[in-house]
Parts: sequence; structure tokens; C-alpha cells
Amino acid sequence: MRLGSALESEQLRDRIISQRNSDRTCIITSVGTCGLARGAADVARAIYQTISDFNLKDSVDVRTTGCHGFCEIEPVVLIYPEGILYQHVTPADIPEIISESVIKKNVVERLLYHDFSTGKNIIHEQDIPFYNKQNRLILGNNRFIAPNNIDDYIALGGYSALVKALFEMTPQQVLDEVKESNLRGRGGGGFPTGVKWESCRNAPARDGIRYVICNADEGDPGAYMDRSLVEGNPHSIIEGMIIGAYAIDSHEGYVYIRHEYPLAAQNLAIALEQAREYGFLGEDILGSGFRFDIKITKGGGAFVCGESTALMASLEGRIGEPRFKHIHSTERGLYGRPSNLNNVETWANVPIIINRGAGWYRQIGTDGSKGTKIFSLVGKINNTGLVEVPMGISIREMIYDIGGGIPGGREFKAVQTGGPSGGCIPKSLVDISVDFDRLAKVGSMMGSGGMIVMDEGTCMVDVAKYFISFLTEESCGKCIPCREGLDRMLDILTDITEGRGKEEDVELLEELGDVMQETSLCGLGSTAANPVLSTIRYFRDEYDAHIKEKRCPAGVCKELITFTIDGEKCNGCRVCARECPQGAISGEKKEVHHIDQEKCIKCGLCRDNCKFDAVTVS
Amino acid sequence: MVELTIDGTKIRTVEGTTVLEAAGEMGIVIPTLCYYPGLSPYGACRVCMVEVVKNNRSSLEASCTLPVEQGQVILTNSERVRKARKLIVELLLASCPNSKTLQDMASNMGINKIRFKIKDRGCILCGLCVRYCKEQMQSGGIGFIGRGTSRKVSTAFDVTPEECRNCGGCEWICPVCERACTAGNLIDGLCGGCQNLAPVETCPICTGCSESVGMQGHKVY
Repeated sequence: MRLGSALESEQLRDRIISQRNSDRTCIITSVGTCGLARGAADVARAIYQTISDFNLKDSVDVRTTGCHGFCEIEPVVLIYPEGILYQHVTPADIPEIISESVIKKNVVERLLYHDFSTGKNIIHEQDIPFYNKQNRLILGNNRFIAPNNIDDYIALGGYSALVKALFEMTPQQVLDEVKESNLRGRGGGGFPTGVKWESCRNAPARDGIRYVICNADEGDPGAYMDRSLVEGNPHSIIEGMIIGAYAIDSHEGYVYIRHEYPLAAQNLAIALEQAREYGFLGEDILGSGFRFDIKITKGGGAFVCGESTALMASLEGRIGEPRFKHIHSTERGLYGRPSNLNNVETWANVPIIINRGAGWYRQIGTDGSKGTKIFSLVGKINNTGLVEVPMGISIREMIYDIGGGIPGGREFKAVQTGGPSGGCIPKSLVDISVDFDRLAKVGSMMGSGGMIVMDEGTCMVDVAKYFISFLTEESCGKCIPCREGLDRMLDILTDITEGRGKEEDVELLEELGDVMQETSLCGLGSTAANPVLSTIRYFRDEYDAHIKEKRCPAGVCKELITFTIDGEKCNGCRVCARECPQGAISGEKKEVHHIDQEKCIKCGLCRDNCKFDAVTVS
Repeated sequence: MVELTIDGTKIRTVEGTTVLEAAGEMGIVIPTLCYYPGLSPYGACRVCMVEVVKNNRSSLEASCTLPVEQGQVILTNSERVRKARKLIVELLLASCPNSKTLQDMASNMGINKIRFKIKDRGCILCGLCVRYCKEQMQSGGIGFIGRGTSRKVSTAFDVTPEECRNCGGCEWICPVCERACTAGNLIDGLCGGCQNLAPVETCPICTGCSESVGMQGHKVY
């Protein structure tokens, strides 16, 4: 059914809402990629099966949605309208959940979320500290939307921003609203979105063609907020793009999505098809006379294709290489036409700004950074997951209040923000607020929102080496400072971690890093040295320990550590000897064991398996 | 016409020229590797970096791709520029020591030590051959394959393509193939013989570049 006017779309919404009964029980389970990895597909299947076994098909709704954000406790089952949350659900738990929670309205105590800080079980989703400290403007709807059902999105007020923009606002007013909201690009650079739109709109287009593009080529290690958004709520991005296209006067859009995100691409394709059927896309959208459509292009797996000009080259079918910056892509981008590229999360912010107004939006956040930002909180943290917080929140709040602190009672050491091109923020700066400008000031960056938490068992030189080796592989290889500089940086870092470091290496790394920052062709190269520069800045002592004392303080760098058995603690249980893959541990039962250093490959299995902490690293 | 200042001297030039070309008009030599007149600018070698001063701040830009702008202030040989250029040439020499072009450049810049491991890749990936083949010969027989450090210039599927007319242009324009440094033993990757200005009787190191030895002879490193 194609909707021909704004009125028809409102009537459709009313009809969908009237058919739905908010008191009716709804079982929600998240089957995003993270849920699927934990077996959510079987859980969902079990729910459908059990519902039909109990003959509840007519009285209970089942909804399979995208990721809700709290990946640590997947698979999650929510029971609405009560809002009960069950964690780590297995298919075997489903009959109990349905007979207890759905039919008898009781709570299955053993599946509830357990709050370790208070020692209590929490029944309702909104009471869990992980959720109630967040401001989930964008992610919050994920749990109410089955991504393959546009009606869910419409019932929540979806596409009302589009109606408002098309029928109550001129393109200029839309543009002004976004400009006034101070929305900054969520892809990493933090460029003001409204200004970008304006320069694209004002750029002369020879044949009247302008493009809007959505950058869904998220590739930072440990970051997956864009994936969850595209998987869970694809219509918010589509709606944002249509509104953007209307403001910019564009009629063609592209979503450039990673090949590694098959579910996201699939859900997006379904969403586009459904939006077309209703007439939100295509010719004469809702009878307004405005036409716009979106195509999906899959990336081939190059990290550098997240860079705007490389992305556009890849879209055109050329090698994904950045080009020089003096001509902005808003003037000459894809196929030489003015092109406006924004990140997934940026587009998802647009309908909210149009619906609620720039004034309302500006109340959230700090002076320079407005709105909320989604971070993927990963690494050595209790509550792994996606966290949407207002800009300006402190890192401490994110790690301890939302993230639940560091597992195993270990000490927090640093947090890496902004992905491989970002930097490490040490414990001493844990109280700084998270916004674009503050993070840049301390030598890191917002990036797309990756946040990798590291504990005391992490060697910072090793971390820098990991990110540099990632970037060495992902550099396109076009410009010399990035290609050769990263390769040489990796050589030096490898030498340091393997005990061949020289005194002058740190100065050379700094000099090399500075030159890479200044001379690289694109953003990848110019930020690539950040992991090294920021770790040198805050953890210089660890570099010195590696170089001067040939010692790895965190006990990570294999060439610099030896495993020994503490004779006082070892009771000769033979566990380590059994676990050792090299057969390097000798010793009779109930006698102190010994590690043959010649055979030892320093895998650390003995230490991990010793129940008496008898294996020491030095 | 656009008026800009390069190294303190004002110059008027046509809109659309690059800073590199404008500096050339004034007789200011900016070292380049991946730039060649008649080929499209590529901006990969980053040797032609210049400092652009704007509102009390300055940044480094590649002059071969930087278009001139009204009122632009350019420094082609500032401390910052020299430092960046030197390190880039040092990086290049470490990955391709047998290029006379590079050795000369290093010598002119006063590089007397390479602090990186020598890994002779035999190519600096300046892309001159690729662009020459495509833009001057209208052939497109060679191109880049691979990414990062495994990037190389090659023909499709490593076979001689039909497009190749054996013109030899790719070799002719190559700063490594055609102008190889043939010095027998490089000391720590450095030669620097040919560009030497100090008169020395004989050169014990450099043996290959006698053609270009001028009146002034060789300098021993």
C-alpha cells in the first residue's frame, strides 16, 4: 500500500496503534549479531515453539529485535508490559519463563539480573544500573522494534519527522534546524553536520545531481554501535537520510555497508523495501512531489574505506584510496558531484532533532558537543555492551557506574577511545568529561565511539603494538608517511617488546609520529600515531622498563618474562604439568614443580590454571 | 589572477595552478618524487610538503596538489618543512636504497644516517609509471595491487597485458629503475656521492655515477 499524503500516513499510524493492545503480553528477545553469537536464535525458536505448545498464539505477541545494548547478559528475554528482564536465557528456560511469567505472572528468580554491587536481583529492566544511568535516545527503541516490521517503527512515531519536514518545513528550515542543534558528525571527526549539509546544498551541481551517503563501514576493533543500529533500527537511518536529502536537494542516496555485516545489510534491505512499499521512498514521497531513493553498496573489507574520499572511490568501483583534501567532497565527491556523507549514528539523530526541535536537543550535552553518543564499552569491564550517554559524562561514570567496574577485582589502568586512531587515557584522567574537544585535548579522540577498557594486566607497549600492526595492515599504502612510517613504527615497537629496544627508540617514535601526523594524506595516517604517542605520553615508564631494564612490568611481552614456580606455594598438584602444552613442567606429585625455561613458550596456561597462585611472572 | 606570498615574495599567478608550479615560476625548487609535469598530481610521496600559514596557525600541505589561493602565505623551506621532508626521505631510503634520485635528495638534505632497518623493496610506489602508462600512453597496462606494505605495481594477474606496447615508458620515468644508484657498497644505506659539492680527488665508494660527476667531484661519506 502506497501512502499518498501526510494524512494517510497519520491514519496508518493510528490504525497500527489501535490494533495493538499495550496491556497484551509481549515477549521480546534480541537477536542481533551479539545475541546470535550467544545462541539467541535457538531461544527465539524455543519461544515460538512453546507459545504454540501452550496455545498462547492469540494472547501473546513475540518480537525478535536487534541488540538492546547489554551484550554481556545475552541472550536476553524481556516480558512486557511488566518490563521483566531475564538474562543468559537458554532454550531450556523458555517453558518455565512462559508458564511462570506469562501465565502465572510470577518472576523466575534464578534468571534475573544479579547486581554484584548490592548483591540483589533486579526484576525490571529500567532498574538495572547499566540502563538507568544512560540516556538512550537512539538505541532505546531497539527493543520495541522488529527490524523486519516497519509497522513497529511507525507505531513508535516513526516517519513523523519526515512528514513534519516535508509538509511543515522548507528545506532551508530543516537545514537551519540541524545547524542550530549543533549536531556534530558521529563518525569521528565531529564536523558540524548542518554546516556540511549547507555546503553540499550550496555547491553548484552541473546536472542537478547531489548524493547523500551513509557511512556504515564501521571497522574499529571492538566497536559495533553502527552495526547494532542498522540491525536493530534501520528505519531511523532511512528516515534521517530522506530528511537530509530533502534539505540538501538530493534524490539519490547510498548506504555503504561492510561486507562483514550480513545481518545489518539484510535488515536494511528489508527496511528499504518496506519503506518503498509505503511510499516513504521513491517517486513523489507521500504526495509531496519530492523523490528520493537509497541503494546499498557493500564494502570489500578495507578499513580505509571508512575514510570519506576512499569510500566514494570504492562506491564508484575504484580502488578504495583517499584523495587529497583541497576539494571537499561536498563540492566534488561521488562521481564528481556534490556529496554529503554522514555516519549511521549521525543520520539516526536527524529525525529526533526534527521531531523534538533543536532547542530541546541542545539541552543535552556540553557546550561544544550536543546530544548523546553511543559507545561500545568493551575490554576488561564487567558490563560489556553498547552505552548511550549524554555528551560530557565522565569516564569514571561510564566505567564504574554503567560498566560495573573491572572484573576480578583488578585495578583500572587505561581506556583506549576512538579506535585504532585514538589514544589511551590513563587512570589519572578518569574524571575528564567525554566530548569531542576534551578527548582531543588529552591526545585521544572521540572516534566512532569505541571504548576499550584495560586493567593492570595490560602492557601499554603491547597495546600500542597491536593497534599499529592493525593499521599497518589496513593502511592503503598510497602515501609514504603512513605506509612506511607505520611499518617502521611496528618494527621499533616489536624490537622494544622483544628486548631489542634502544635508548633512542622512544625519541625516534615520537619524531616519526609527529611527522606522520603532519604529512599523511588522509585521516587514517594522520591519526595513526596516536596510540604510540599517547602511550609514550602517559606510560613513558613502561617504555623505559622495556628498553633499559628489558622488563615488561605487566608481564605480557613474552620475550621479556619468565615463568617460575614459587616453591613455598606449590603443593605439587600436577595440574600445571598436565596443562603445559610443551611438557616443560617437571616434578613428582606433592613435590615442588619446576619449569624448564628452554622448553617454555610462555603461554601462561600454568599460571591461569594454578589454584594456589604458585606460578609467578617476572 | 591570484596573489600569494611564497617565502616572503609576492607572486601573481593564474587561478588553478598549484603551489608547486607557482614556486617553480619563481625559481624556488621544491623537491618532488611522485610529481611529473604532464601527469596528474598524485600527492603520495609527501616530499613536496610546504608550510601554509593561516591566521597565526600553520599546517603542512603537499604543494603538488595544493591549489593557489588569494592571500595564501607559503613557506617552502621552514624548519618544520625540512624536518618532515628529511624523515620522509629517510623512510624512503630505508625501503629503497638503490635509487640515485633518492640518494641525491638525501645528500642535498644533509641526511647522514638512516635510523631504520634497510628493507630493500626496490620500489617507492610513487605511481609515476602507472600514471604515465595510463595518461600518456592511454594504455593502463599496469596498476597497483594489494594494500599497505604488500602494495605493489603489477600487471593484471602478473601476465603481460594486451594493452602493453612495450614502450618502456614505465622504466624511463621510474626514479629507481632508470636512475639506480650503482654504488657497490652503501654504508648504512647511504651513498650520496654524486651530489657532493666539496672537491675530492677520488671517490672510494661511489663507482656508478661517473657520468654525472661534474667539475666539483665527489664527497666521501
